[in-house]
Amino acid sequence: MSAAVPAVFEAVKVDYAAIAPMLVVVGGALIGVLVEAVAPRSTRYGAQLVLTLATIAAALVALFVWAVPHKAVTLGQSLAIDGPALFLQATLLVFGLLGVLAMSERFGGKSADAFTPMGASSPGSPQEAAATRAGFATSEVFPLALFSLFGMLIFVAANDLITMFVALEVLSLPLYILTGLARRRRLLSQEASLKYFLLGAFSSAFFLFGAALLYGFSGSSDLKLIARAITTNSSQMNGLLLPGAILVLIGLLFKVGAVPFHSWTPDAYQGAPTPITGFMAAATKAAAFGAILRIAYVGLEVSRWDWRVGVGLIAAATMIVGAVLSVTQTDVKRLLAYSSVAHAGFILVGLLSFDGNGIAGVMFYLVAYGLATLAAFAIVAMIRQGGSEATHLSQWAGLGRKHPVVAGIFGLLLLAFAGIPLTSGFTSKFAVFAPAIHSGGTMGVLLVVIGVLASAVTAYVYFRIIVLMYFTQAPEDDVVALTPSVATTIVVTVGVLATLLLGIVPGLLLQLAQDASTFLL
Amino acid sequence: MSNPYVPLFILLALGFGFAALSVGTSLVVGPKRYNRAKAEAYECGIQPSPRAEGGGRVPIKYFLTAMLFIIFDIESIFLFPFAVAFDQLGLFALVEMVLFIITVFVAYAYVWKRGGLEWD
Repeated sequence: MSAAVPAVFEAVKVDYAAIAPMLVVVGGALIGVLVEAVAPRSTRYGAQLVLTLATIAAALVALFVWAVPHKAVTLGQSLAIDGPALFLQATLLVFGLLGVLAMSERFGGKSADAFTPMGASSPGSPQEAAATRAGFATSEVFPLALFSLFGMLIFVAANDLITMFVALEVLSLPLYILTGLARRRRLLSQEASLKYFLLGAFSSAFFLFGAALLYGFSGSSDLKLIARAITTNSSQMNGLLLPGAILVLIGLLFKVGAVPFHSWTPDAYQGAPTPITGFMAAATKAAAFGAILRIAYVGLEVSRWDWRVGVGLIAAATMIVGAVLSVTQTDVKRLLAYSSVAHAGFILVGLLSFDGNGIAGVMFYLVAYGLATLAAFAIVAMIRQGGSEATHLSQWAGLGRKHPVVAGIFGLLLLAFAGIPLTSGFTSKFAVFAPAIHSGGTMGVLLVVIGVLASAVTAYVYFRIIVLMYFTQAPEDDVVALTPSVATTIVVTVGVLATLLLGIVPGLLLQLAQDASTFLL
Repeated sequence: MSNPYVPLFILLALGFGFAALSVGTSLVVGPKRYNRAKAEAYECGIQPSPRAEGGGRVPIKYFLTAMLFIIFDIESIFLFPFAVAFDQLGLFALVEMVLFIITVFVAYAYVWKRGGLEWD
């Protein structure tokens, strides 16, 4: 046993510059809670929006000014602020900025925001109606989003299983609440929230049990010391390594929605308020893959031959099930949910290549997919029938004739999800598949073959929607695309520009990802 | 030890065995006197959901009180070891503890101002 209990307490050394972005975000979230407590109801919404955007912008500045020059393993080895952590933290902060903009959308007063005015009231009750008439808003959404973002920032930097677990909970708990706050179809939303919570708690238990077994194996929860215990083969309890590794990985694969741990994904994505779905799909996925990267490449890399085939099978199942089940979906949010499952499989292929280009490819994929997803869900939130979101595919028929610009942008994003050249989808798939072929061995090649076939299946799904939007006669209904305010316009513009730029000139970001692909030990 | 997995399997068998034994024993030797309260879901006389089909509501007050208790309970649990080793820990730990208490008090201020401490 390497880690002995210290006889006297020692104050841990903290590199405040390295963790400044996280401190800014949690500080902003705490101020947000105080604003909720003291500000008059009419001013809260505006105050929270300004505060939240300013906090995330300040965290981005802090990241580039202080954290980037101060790469360090700090806080008693529990946080590693290294290349991958900084790259993903910057990505998450940008996702947070765009996600908060999408959450603030009120369509210039023509429609209310996406969140219930009174979460504690029964759906359809007089209390709810009274709260709606009074124009209440659940402005707690913004501090909750900041707390969740704070958890994600720790999650991608956590170098210790206990810190990682705390980060997992800090990022998940606000998301469970946010999922249950939809203004319309509240029962569906609450059901989604409960399912997400129960399965999330279930996966936390897996993660904790695995962490306990790895501690039993190595005598430490520090990833570096676990890696050292595997390398030196010094443990008396070798039997604990493989079960521990598998359980920890299952806990994390739950969060990215890999098959067979994906069953919460379509329900949570469908029930959650659409801006939250976009934020969840982009940011949670990036954070969870950040944690898997660190576990796989820092903690368990030496023992990878033991668990690599298992995760490879999961990747193959994820791609196949995600692609095939997306064919059968009739709801646009569920369809995008199954598509996100398939994308998780593609990312896993890159992750299993175990080379620096694989890390860079995974991070590039997360950026490209996240920005496109945020824009896609922002558009889904705009398509309305009688005030509520028209998510059934039949309602999207003929949309391209009524609203050519909106449908055209959505079509472009779908082409990116399908991986068509000149969009970010193609370059990002190339970025994860190339390292898998180059250094993934036979399994890598097999996975890429499955990945390409699964891409072809998903392409069929996306083209079907494009055909539906453009080449189908619109039924006589009142489905319209609301005119977005500047907030959604920014989200969609950034998403579309990123999709095109990363598709045509991917070199800049890919180079940045490659430079950032070394883990600090 | 021949195989490192043997203790794990023994533990697993013990776990299943304990569950089977507990349930089985009460099935075999437990008294079986049926009445109305016994037939209810939790056997404690309280309906789990009053008129659930008509949208009945369960009062959340006890739950709220329990949640608040947990928050301050955990705060005091963290304060105890700090208080015991206060002289060894120095200024750093004092600042950390103050920061921790501030975060708890932010939650307290929110609950207080938004009426979470009022019973009705």
